[in-house]
Amino acid sequence: MTIEPAAARDTGYNFAYLNEQTKKMIRRALLKAVAIPGYQVPFASREMPMPYGWGTGGVQVTASVLTPEDVLKVIDQGADDTTNAVSIRKFFKRTAGVATTEATAEASVIQTRHRIPEQKLTSDQILVYQVPIPEPLRFLEPRETETRKMHAFEDYGLMHVKLYEDISQHGHIATTYAYPVKVEGRYVMDPSPTPKFDNPKMDNCAALQLFGAGREKRIYALPPFTSVVSLDFEDHPFEVQAWEHPCELCGARDTYLDEVIVDDEGGRMFVCSDTDYCASRRQAVSEAAE
Amino acid sequence: MYVAVKGGERAIDNAHRLLAEKRRGDPDVAEISAEQISQQLTLGVDRVMSEGSLYDRGLAALAIKQARGDMIEAVFLVRASRTTLARFGYSEPLDTGAMEITRRISATFKDLPGGQVLGPTFDYTHRLLDRALDTGAEVEPAATAPVSDDATPHVLGLLDKQGLIEPASCRPDEDQSEPGDMTRDPLTFPVDRDVRLQMLARGDEGFLLALGYSTQRGYARNHPFAGEIRVGMVEVSFVPEELGFAVCLGEIEITECEMVNQFTGSKSTPPQFTRGYGISFGHCERKAMSMAQVDRALRADELGEDRTAPAQDEEFVLSHCDNVQATGFVEHLKLPHYVDFQSELELVRRMRREQGADRQEAAE
Repeated sequence: MTIEPAAARDTGYNFAYLNEQTKKMIRRALLKAVAIPGYQVPFASREMPMPYGWGTGGVQVTASVLTPEDVLKVIDQGADDTTNAVSIRKFFKRTAGVATTEATAEASVIQTRHRIPEQKLTSDQILVYQVPIPEPLRFLEPRETETRKMHAFEDYGLMHVKLYEDISQHGHIATTYAYPVKVEGRYVMDPSPTPKFDNPKMDNCAALQLFGAGREKRIYALPPFTSVVSLDFEDHPFEVQAWEHPCELCGARDTYLDEVIVDDEGGRMFVCSDTDYCASRRQAVSEAAE
Repeated sequence: MYVAVKGGERAIDNAHRLLAEKRRGDPDVAEISAEQISQQLTLGVDRVMSEGSLYDRGLAALAIKQARGDMIEAVFLVRASRTTLARFGYSEPLDTGAMEITRRISATFKDLPGGQVLGPTFDYTHRLLDRALDTGAEVEPAATAPVSDDATPHVLGLLDKQGLIEPASCRPDEDQSEPGDMTRDPLTFPVDRDVRLQMLARGDEGFLLALGYSTQRGYARNHPFAGEIRVGMVEVSFVPEELGFAVCLGEIEITECEMVNQFTGSKSTPPQFTRGYGISFGHCERKAMSMAQVDRALRADELGEDRTAPAQDEEFVLSHCDNVQATGFVEHLKLPHYVDFQSELELVRRMRREQGADRQEAAE
């Protein structure tokens, strides 16, 4: 077991920092978001004690769904010990006093930036995404007044044209992360800057998936078992990244790999980006050997 | 053999200890106090209060000290503290006409009721470094004059009496109901002028200065006159529900700027001057002036002007004027992005391979 048990919290703040009125406001936005999967619900995002762009949306969502019994896991780039994940986990240890873990299976709430854990999530879990730019159409149309209309009219032609132009220019759809998806056949949604490798994990997922964008003041959600389809064309079907080599630490062939530069001669190796998944596979091997 | 990097937590703790040491500087040099900052770096404190949206000199001074003089970081500290405070309601509108003036100038009339009062200003100083300032020499007391009981009416009010300027109003529809609150409601475009002014009031001084400047250089040209700039103390009053009448909570120092702008008139409106409004906590004159210019530029639609320049573009200006938001998102680029970068790397390598461009890759 790797759970670090619940401990006393800083009582100078309300449980999980936000006051109850704010949490209520955010929970209302969450309920609306769950009721309309993939729709971006505006909410009165608060200033948080960490900078905008560093997960304030995710932190507000986590703070609003967290209960004292929860076990929290925080990852950034798939890893529990990246600096920002450490910082956010510490924040909730201090303000909520909840138990924390690095093991995906043990967590009831997982806040993430840029990855979805490799291990399949269950219906007892909530996955909270930190979202920088919630609007999938933003880079095609910078104006919010326009993009809201486009969503309302289900006018996604511009997005398909963009993907088509990629294919005609590069031979590939040149979007590798934040790859747009269609939710329940209605809203086009930004899955946050997770690599497209993770898109299939969102589809029909047993866990509740919540997305918080603090600076942009938007919340959206995927209720459990929601259909999430990556946009593609019949003759250019969606496909995920694949590596020629397995993970050099655990030998996994079906995970997202980070490239690590090991010397200044261009030498490099590939290892799992999901550190918990990689570590538990290695542990299983060494236990079997004993 | 590569081992996954561990120890982020210890590294963060150590970095914070180093930060504390650097903040203190050489321990042989006397430590600066928040009180000293509050007294001697007053304009910095004023800026942090304005952009931090919290009138508290002590906290703003502490924030400047904690932020090692980084003003945007200090603003951020104040905002993060402000967000935990309960909101009791709205004050009554400030009566800036009843201001106890420390500075009041008008560029549109040579003399006017209440007079021109220069107050403490850099305006006519020669910007020569004053080496004597660092020697601890006594400061000669400033000349004083008795406080005048004469009213100091708003310059624009005088124009208004003659019908030469549009009447002051918060919103074009003259709606006098409760103002919006951009800290409680997410921004939805188009934005009413009340919320727009709130956002500009906490907006970054540098950003508004540049935009205001751009309107003087032909991007949304509408020549402004500094109708009036006034700095001084005003009373803040509040109506507690259980009392039903206004009680004075205290005084705050503010800077108010009213710009007078050209307007040629339209088919339905005879030619008259129009207004741009700027306000800040403390003495932030540059900010209040820039804000007034940008406020006027943003009224393009309302006044039937073509929107051709960045300063007239509400979505552009309001979405980017908050320096806490801007700095957060720009600086988040320091966070690891190696997962996303890896996907780009993979795609670029694949495309180069397909084009036969990457010989090294192809040889592998």
